[in-house]
Amino acid sequence: METIAFYLFAALTITMFTYTVMSSQALFALSSMAAGMIMISAFFFLLDADFLGVVQIIVYTGAVMALYAFGMMFFDTTRAVKEHNTSKIMVLTLSTLAAVLVIAIVTMPLIADNIGAVFPEPAGVDNPKAVGIVLFTKYLVPFEVAAVMLLVAMIAGIVMAGKKMDRSLTKMKEEEITMLRQEETLQKVTL
Amino acid sequence: MMEIGLTHYLVLATILFAIGLVGVMRRKNLLMLFMASEILLNAVNVAFAAIGHYYGDLTGQMFAFFVIAIAASEVAVGLGLLIIWYKRTGTIDLDTMTSMRG
Repeated sequence: METIAFYLFAALTITMFTYTVMSSQALFALSSMAAGMIMISAFFFLLDADFLGVVQIIVYTGAVMALYAFGMMFFDTTRAVKEHNTSKIMVLTLSTLAAVLVIAIVTMPLIADNIGAVFPEPAGVDNPKAVGIVLFTKYLVPFEVAAVMLLVAMIAGIVMAGKKMDRSLTKMKEEEITMLRQEETLQKVTL
Repeated sequence: MMEIGLTHYLVLATILFAIGLVGVMRRKNLLMLFMASEILLNAVNVAFAAIGHYYGDLTGQMFAFFVIAIAASEVAVGLGLLIIWYKRTGTIDLDTMTSMRG
């Protein structure tokens, strides 16, 4: 049963992510990536990491995908950016280097015999409880630092994306908005 | 049928990582480039969770959590920068970002 699930979700994930990378339409790429993220969470459930699977669904398909969708509304994504290839030698060198690096990374845990559990899973409790125990004892400081980092990222996002949002477009009259548009085009011309 | 082991998951994570690398190398659209970087982070998360599971350790899951948190803030800041760039230049093509003449 586990074997069937693994191969099924592996095939689905690889298909979805390949489509994300290869598609020229931003909307198709976005939807297939959202599907791939949900497929990834299946692996976490298979690996007895229930809490991580739920977080994956909530954070990635809930928050990150919504952010991308909002980002897409700002850009003119219907006009495709031309993807042209750089020199063949460059691509060959980079991919060879990347392949060697990846093989080195993957074989490391297989050849290392002295890997032991640093924080063994607490016995007799289910996964979310065990995660809570380890997260709020051994990893409390990184957890707080991550919280501060998320706050900084939120403020940075508001400051950077929210320029010229001091004027409320919903409360203005039509003429005022047209005036504003004309002013902006004038400014662009003078620049 | 063969039992699913750590190697299966590591091979899968490698394949996903390779897909993400292909995306990072071939994309010129900056929004798509961000998506490819998300795939890279997810591939690493799968590897973390698998190694943690097969060694009976929760550290892998902890690191996966922090990777998810970092990915979320990276997207927030990155998209903010991208919006500013789009407002200034009207394009999200990677090749237009050559103002530093390196």
